Amino acid sequence: MIIDKTLPGVSRRSLLTGGLATGFLLAFHLPLRAAINEPVQPRDTTDGRFAPNAFIRIDETGRTVLIMPQVEMGQGTYTSISAVLAEELDADWSKVEVQHAPPNDKFYGNPTFGLQVTGNSNSIRAWWMPLRKAGATARAMLVQAAASRWGVEPASCTASKGEVAHAASGRKLGYGALALAAQAQTPPKDAAVKDPKDFVIIGQPLKRLDTPDKVNGKAIYGIDAILPGMKFATVAACPVFGGKVGKVDDTAALKLPGVRKVVVLDDMVAVIGDHMWAAKKGLEALKIEWNEGPNAEITTKDIWQDLQKASEKDGAVAKSDGDIAKALASGDKFEAAYELPFLAHASMEPINATVHVKPDSCEIWTGTQIMTRVQSEAAKAAGLPVDKVIVNNHLLGGGFGRKLEPDMVIAAVKIAKQVDYPVKVVWTREEDIQHDVYRPVYRDQITASLVDGKVAAWKYKVAGSAILARWLPPAFQKGIDIDAVDAAVDAPYDFANFHVEYVRAEPPAVPTGFWRGVGPNNNVFAVECAMDELARKAGKDPIEFRRSMLTKNPRMLAVLNLAAEKSGWGQPLRARVGRGVCVQPSFASFIATVVEAEIDDVGEIALRRVTSVVDTGIAVNPDTVKAQIEGGLIFGLTAALYGEITIDKGRVQQSNFHDYRMMRINETPKIEVIVVKSGEAPGGIGEAGVNAGPPALRNAILAATGVTLRRLPIDRKLLAVGKKA
Amino acid sequence: MIMVTRTFADLIAVSDPSSKGMHMATTLTINGETKSFDAPPEMPLLWVLRDILGMTGTKFGCGIAQCGACTVHVDGKAVRSCVLPVSAVENRAITTIEHVGNTPSGAKVQKAWLDLEVIQCGYCQSGQIMAAAALLAATPNPDDSDIDAAMAGNICRCGTYVRIREAIKQAANGRQS
Repeated sequence: MIIDKTLPGVSRRSLLTGGLATGFLLAFHLPLRAAINEPVQPRDTTDGRFAPNAFIRIDETGRTVLIMPQVEMGQGTYTSISAVLAEELDADWSKVEVQHAPPNDKFYGNPTFGLQVTGNSNSIRAWWMPLRKAGATARAMLVQAAASRWGVEPASCTASKGEVAHAASGRKLGYGALALAAQAQTPPKDAAVKDPKDFVIIGQPLKRLDTPDKVNGKAIYGIDAILPGMKFATVAACPVFGGKVGKVDDTAALKLPGVRKVVVLDDMVAVIGDHMWAAKKGLEALKIEWNEGPNAEITTKDIWQDLQKASEKDGAVAKSDGDIAKALASGDKFEAAYELPFLAHASMEPINATVHVKPDSCEIWTGTQIMTRVQSEAAKAAGLPVDKVIVNNHLLGGGFGRKLEPDMVIAAVKIAKQVDYPVKVVWTREEDIQHDVYRPVYRDQITASLVDGKVAAWKYKVAGSAILARWLPPAFQKGIDIDAVDAAVDAPYDFANFHVEYVRAEPPAVPTGFWRGVGPNNNVFAVECAMDELARKAGKDPIEFRRSMLTKNPRMLAVLNLAAEKSGWGQPLRARVGRGVCVQPSFASFIATVVEAEIDDVGEIALRRVTSVVDTGIAVNPDTVKAQIEGGLIFGLTAALYGEITIDKGRVQQSNFHDYRMMRINETPKIEVIVVKSGEAPGGIGEAGVNAGPPALRNAILAATGVTLRRLPIDRKLLAVGKKA
Repeated sequence: MIMVTRTFADLIAVSDPSSKGMHMATTLTINGETKSFDAPPEMPLLWVLRDILGMTGTKFGCGIAQCGACTVHVDGKAVRSCVLPVSAVENRAITTIEHVGNTPSGAKVQKAWLDLEVIQCGYCQSGQIMAAAALLAATPNPDDSDIDAAMAGNICRCGTYVRIREAIKQAANGRQS
């Protein structure tokens, strides 16, 4: 990684010149921030580099370094963001290098959130135009520099692959040779972006920039940070939610070779050692008495009873079209409730943070989805001003929403405060599973009526945690969590009478947070399960039924039709094999998925085949779009097949991959993903596949067995021959 | 191309001399080199590699041989280093992800992994590549059931299994992309 002292947050002498962080007000009503090209600081021409904005650095050799406002956790965004910048910059793609951004909301804040956060499948969606503008502005300055050197009109020059050319005279100059002169140019107010038909990088199946170092052990994740004099720590938090440390007897632990120190925090004990093994052995040797507190009797059974009760209440109205009460009074009535469990994230890289606290500073090495929030929370924990906290971000070994929380960094800072050397805090997998911030339990109730084989009334009520009320309070307005109702308020069908409510129901003591797929992962499931049940009630084929209500949604209808064709929908299958469909409008992408599954006589499920057709608008890197859908499908299907965190006596009962199971290669079906060509603005893709799998599988099971499942994970007992749900 | 590799290569701290450990020196042969260090005999190889020798390519995932992220080769066979005591591998040839590209099957696997863009977050892929390289060394033309048997111990949370299977077949056939 390049250590670039000129970057904001790292720098004492910032050379940053053009703030391109923009204030597009998309989802959340946050204050508008600096507009594109607004000069932030006087420009500096002393270091020989072209640094037109927060994202682009070109030195005199032509080396082009792009600074990534979003983090790379596997979704391919470093390559896609680079492609967008390089396209408009007309950079030489083979020379592009990338660098993690430092924490700085002003420059690197996601335009949707106003925060430097990577989530909600939102990187390319939010940065699409700001980064194109950034690239186009930089290109215009390079062209101006060349034109002025040659004494010609900028309009008579062209840029391509890192060079400016003047066709009339045959002259050419590389970006490196122009860097210094370009730095002295005034940025144009409104540099034109390309017509998409002229794209040469965007839309190509690009090789990822991050993968070559991931085949040989060179890639560095947060957990791989190594510092001189560093020690290693591992932790035990109170097994009961909200419990505290009582007494700790560390006599035996401190006698073990390699154990350095025992650190007792309010709710957690850490052992520091010469390596993780010493820390682990030390932790096992501690005698800890916990003050379990008021939550030691919590069970998931009680949480479900409370949620079921809460979901019977009227909720805050998120959307209401037509006259729902009147419409529900006629037609063929349908009622159902769908339930989704707590889930852990279980990213492959266990939770970790490395921290060095000095008297007047704190430096952090980790992989996080929330750079600036980690910085500010660490500052609080360290008792230091924010500008005394340095955060070095890394590649993330999976994020999935877990790393949208700063808890692991706060704890690591508190531990590191007790010593004068750097300490790498790594949680065991057991701590990771048992002290997660869980995908909430949801209960979604649907009341609908059918008239003439179509849905005439649709009343939908989500009950579950308001994650946004905790995580981004300004986004929680009038009792509505816009994440919890995402993909419910914008169900893709023509429902003339359409009503959506939200009931905030927080489980006692269990922390809940974002999980890959976010709000839509409960709503796509409930909507698409109900649609299949309604189709059966109407005596229609599930795809035919959906088509009849997608007449105003051509993009969705097109992907559904293609999915039907590619999946062999309607072709005969043997007994206990079924196909199920899911259509979803999540993250501004349009996706139709068909799962084919076989259920054996004892109820075990074999996934045979998955077909997914995706219209995500302009696919910046089509191969990454495919990969994200493939992987997302497996992530979601894993949850449908196995995912459930249960709680007894205030404790999580699962602990590692033997009892919190993951799908493995031998269970993986054939997956075909078709990315359709589109000229629309890019949609989100990192999470969409997650939401497609569970309802499509559930509907395949319904087709294969006639069993109507209404909760996840799938209960095999209900699927054995002769059973009825 | 990407500038996110080892930042502190020149700063790797190898076994702190102030360690109060009372162990016998252990000597292992790793990637063809002899390495001596102090460690308790029951200490898993994973932590020796990562925390004593600074070889962080081998990953910690579960600690109980359930996920395969820590897979290395011992005498050419794929093993889970998180449950493998160092005392069990003295006088054995240990190969890690940092070196597997120097073996014929490892190089083929790495190439196929990149040709097909198998990798997403990449955290499990050191282990996947080690498992696949051992498979191909023992079974040059694996069928689907061979792949299932060799690879089912390696979890990928990003869900790259479809491409892993395809890449193993490509590596076996030596096809070019």
